[in-house]
Amino acid sequence: MNKPGEKPQRVVITGPRRDVRRRPPRPVTDEIDRHTRVGEVYLRSLIRTQLLLGLSTVALVVLPLIAMPLLFGLWPPVRELQVGPMPLWWLLLGILVYPAILGVGWWYTRQADRNEAQFTDLVEGR
Amino acid sequence: VNTTLAALGMGLTVVVTIVLAAYSSRLARTTGDFYVASRSVPAWWNASAISGEYLSAASFLGVAGLIMVGGADAVWFPVGYAVGYVLLLALVAAPLRRSGAYTLPDFCEARLRSSQVRLIASALVVLIGWLYVLPQLQGAGLALQILLGTPVWVGGVAVSITVLVVIVGGGMRSVTLVQGFQYWLKVVAIMLPVLFLLAAWRADASPSALTPAPPTFDDRTTVSVSRDITITVEQPVTVETADGQAQWQPGEYPVTAGTTLTFPAGAAVPHLKGTPTLAGTDWGQALQGGQEHALYRTYALMFALFLGTMGLPHVLVRFYTNPDGRAARRTALLVIGLVGLFYLAPSVYGMLGRLYTPELLLTGRTDAVVLLLPQALVGGTLGPWLTALVAAGAAAAFLATATGLTVTVAGVLSQDVVSRRVDDPIVSFRVAAVAAVIVPLVLGLVAESLPLARAVSLAFAVAAATFSPLLLLGIWWRRLTDVGAAAGLVLGGVLASAAIAASTLLPDLTGWPAALLSQPAAWSMPAALFTMVLVSKRTTHRIKPGVERIMIRLHTPEAVGVQRTWTARGQR
Repeated sequence: MNKPGEKPQRVVITGPRRDVRRRPPRPVTDEIDRHTRVGEVYLRSLIRTQLLLGLSTVALVVLPLIAMPLLFGLWPPVRELQVGPMPLWWLLLGILVYPAILGVGWWYTRQADRNEAQFTDLVEGR
Repeated sequence: VNTTLAALGMGLTVVVTIVLAAYSSRLARTTGDFYVASRSVPAWWNASAISGEYLSAASFLGVAGLIMVGGADAVWFPVGYAVGYVLLLALVAAPLRRSGAYTLPDFCEARLRSSQVRLIASALVVLIGWLYVLPQLQGAGLALQILLGTPVWVGGVAVSITVLVVIVGGGMRSVTLVQGFQYWLKVVAIMLPVLFLLAAWRADASPSALTPAPPTFDDRTTVSVSRDITITVEQPVTVETADGQAQWQPGEYPVTAGTTLTFPAGAAVPHLKGTPTLAGTDWGQALQGGQEHALYRTYALMFALFLGTMGLPHVLVRFYTNPDGRAARRTALLVIGLVGLFYLAPSVYGMLGRLYTPELLLTGRTDAVVLLLPQALVGGTLGPWLTALVAAGAAAAFLATATGLTVTVAGVLSQDVVSRRVDDPIVSFRVAAVAAVIVPLVLGLVAESLPLARAVSLAFAVAAATFSPLLLLGIWWRRLTDVGAAAGLVLGGVLASAAIAASTLLPDLTGWPAALLSQPAAWSMPAALFTMVLVSKRTTHRIKPGVERIMIRLHTPEAVGVQRTWTARGQR
């Protein structure tokens, strides 16, 4: 502070120049809300990613199951296969199918969460 | 069978159910509590409740019975019931939860902005619900008849009353608590006896079910027939009846209710007419079950069960109980695990049933194999206790599914029918619940009983041909229109119901007509799907302006700060 009568001292203050500060980019959430082209692209890509993941998951489970009756019905040597006292058919469809679908489901859940987290990071600009 | 212990097992299940419901109903005070438990249920408990609700009489009793009769081809029932949740998880669970709707009709209205589609969906929910409750009540009648000797209508009435007490007491929050408990009861009740059954089987020198000959009576066996049936004799057999001894040559023999038949040790088991008499080796092999067009039937059954699960209204309503889309996926994943654990057991009962309770193939009461096997194979002092345990599990199965379905049907009836006349939503819900129970109860008393798991697969077939294409297109295809959805729902519903009615009313059909009508999902679901797509493409002007907003809502994670409420164009 200056005492009365003293010559005022020059004080230099440094800091960012507020008047030319860059404005933050418009968040993507806003693009989505406004149904702009950009928002549309982000949303469609999320839906496509999730749909592909879902369909792959279904295919991974359903295709082998669809193959089973054909394989066992039309190709007699497979019918004779046994693991210990258990015929292969009963081992696969009586027991192993359940941990298998749980595993695929777990993989799907992880991937779906990851896709959504990436989308969130992207649109929230983090 | 020790009647007292079996009655005790079932009675305890009923009492615990009612007490739990009463306890939790003190927490249920608002309309939200009644419908969706205020969305405050943890994922693992919600998954237990879904599994508890899902594992019906068809799963607890019916699957083992069908495997006992049909062998390798019947494993598709439990596999299909479980795999349906993979499709539900991968294609439906999270978007459906994010839609924020309470019930399937709510989803239709939110997605398509059409009260007409909503009404069609409501009618279908009621139809599927009643088709599904019916075998639960009949299963209860069968179980009580076999274990306690009561007339066949008693079981259905007992289940209906218990269900009403539970629902009128507390709505879905009480239902959630009760059904979570009932899942764990069912798993213990079916898995624990398996350990003792397998031990007893090993102690009996592990006889194989995969014998080159059809099942035989090991010991001299007396069979009481409790209803009029016709049986097919394939090998000459000596029978003692009240009229004395007779030699039955191959052919068909009518047997009246109340008859007792005694067969000598080693006699081949005559089968109920219509039940294929299979050598153990054929029983254990795929597509050797003697059914016409077995490959088509197998694929059509897969179609119905894989796709039908996602369209079951009482299962879907539970997904709204999750706090967000991610939690809905967690819940669906946990259900796959819980349901899969349960389905390890029925094949064991089915296989051992051929060895130790083959008389069920004669009486046609194969649905009772789970109830009767512990006494037949383990016996001694432990047998009656295990019977009491499976009886308790069976009671939990009827109650859980019947309760869940009744809540769902009542919710729809209450919202779309009763509440237009009654102001208080809670009173309206209770009135609807009574209506939801009485109709299937009356139907069950007049309708012919099908094998349980088969009867339930009909409800799956209707769900697969209606809600399954609606959900798949509604969630993933933004150009679905209200007209397209309505056309597909009506067509799928009519085709599937007509096929079921035809195959039930015309039991003597053979060849392709029989196969196509008894397993309609493989053609009715694609028909409904294509109808929805084609009609939507012709009515693109009916795509609602807010559809983008709805797709945003269905597919973006809750963490993203976008607008989720629907507004008409230009009103932001």
